[in-house]
Amino acid sequence: MSASPPSADLGRDFRRRHRSDAPFFLIMGGLSAGYVLLIVLLIAADLMFTSVAEFTAALAKPEIQQAIYLTLLTCTLAAIASQWVGVAMGYVLSRYRFPGRWLVDTLIDIPIVLPPLVLGLSLLILFHLPIGGWVLEDWLRDDVNFPVTYCWPAVVLAQFSVSCAFAVRTMRVTFDQINPRAEEVARTLGCSRGQAFFHVALPQAWRGVVAATTIAWARALGEFGPILVFAGATRMKTEVLSTTVFLELSIGNLDAAVAVSLLMVAMAVVVLMFLRFVGAGLTS
Amino acid sequence: MIELRDIAINAGEFSLSGISFRVETGHFAVLMGRTGRGKTTLLEVICGLRMPSSGSVLIHGKDVTRWSPADRQIGYVPQDLALFPMTNVAGHLEFALVRRRLPRRQINERVSELAQLLGIEHLLKRSVKGLSGGEAQRVAIGRALSFKPHVLLLDEPLSALDDATRNDMQTLLRTVKENTGVTTLHVTHNRAEADVLADTLLTLNDGVVSSQDRTKVE
Repeated sequence: MSASPPSADLGRDFRRRHRSDAPFFLIMGGLSAGYVLLIVLLIAADLMFTSVAEFTAALAKPEIQQAIYLTLLTCTLAAIASQWVGVAMGYVLSRYRFPGRWLVDTLIDIPIVLPPLVLGLSLLILFHLPIGGWVLEDWLRDDVNFPVTYCWPAVVLAQFSVSCAFAVRTMRVTFDQINPRAEEVARTLGCSRGQAFFHVALPQAWRGVVAATTIAWARALGEFGPILVFAGATRMKTEVLSTTVFLELSIGNLDAAVAVSLLMVAMAVVVLMFLRFVGAGLTS
Repeated sequence: MIELRDIAINAGEFSLSGISFRVETGHFAVLMGRTGRGKTTLLEVICGLRMPSSGSVLIHGKDVTRWSPADRQIGYVPQDLALFPMTNVAGHLEFALVRRRLPRRQINERVSELAQLLGIEHLLKRSVKGLSGGEAQRVAIGRALSFKPHVLLLDEPLSALDDATRNDMQTLLRTVKENTGVTTLHVTHNRAEADVLADTLLTLNDGVVSSQDRTKVE
């Protein structure tokens, strides 16, 4: 009469099965290790190819020193511009619902997915397209006295076009994670929307701001395609480090190309370390 | 005095219409109603964070329906408190006063007065991150009272507290009421809370608010 306890059936099958977890860890670990190994080997090969003497000799070239200076300058300008736009746009997209918001949201991703050369070409066309006889580049060069195409501002603009999209995405996620209720309470306490943003939202977002700026800077450092098309590759004028690698490679000077590549690897590693240090949780 | 006249709200997931009630100056009103019936939305309409689709909100007889939240002089304590994570306890108490550009001496006086009233003097230098539920609650109430608002709005302030802390906070709310005389609207779904605190009992049921003045009943 009495029903057997529910565990009885399961208990009858009680025996040790020799199912090892080893294949699982072997496959997962093997796939991961393969990729990590590829990255390590890439850097190791660069390091083995060059020597300290070749490295210092390459970095002593005035063209390359000028390229380092221009890289630091343009990346920083592009990163600062991206930070400002990223903070503003990230906040607007995170907090407000407005008509066409989905369209704006989609448009931001275009610079990320667009082939780099196409982006450069589009910039070139934008600046040289006659609109009723008026050309943006001519106006900037002749009336404002600030030529862009094939000059250093073109480098900044090419870098900014891509790095800004990453800054906006980062800031959007940052503000999404901040409780908007605190800004609302601030408004009942006497703040305008602007004051609530500056006194309540922005201080909470500082990690995101640092992360967005750093990501934008790193993206700008790696930019090449749009710069080549829109700013050209003129030595001592629009040459940044990514251009240097291309130029040295094209004249068969592999040693200098590798030396500059290593310098860029070092810069990227420093940026990554900094990101890890500041934005733990946000960027992972 | 808080007065709602024929307020209609369209909030997407639900709508309310024809909401009218009145809380006399100095009264402690408790608004009761089941969860999800729009009590929080009504508070947002009163403090100006949400625009009603029609009707008017009057504070001390003045129509403030189109005013910004900053101008309404309403202290608001939301259910999740929404303390400012980057600001310490003293910073919360002085936030509204700094925005009003009061002299430093006056701000300091007000902060210590509030801290004493709420029993949080020992917490002033602390970050809000490590506060207990009851302590955080006191800070949020202090922040809302700091600028001597016309009206205090409390959104289920006691719902997340354990029984002992809840009793302490009820006592505190009565002390605040006696000391400041601020007109208060307290939202809850807890009958016992309403019995202890309310001068005016408002019940939101099927989109209609019925009002009972308990100062006259007793």
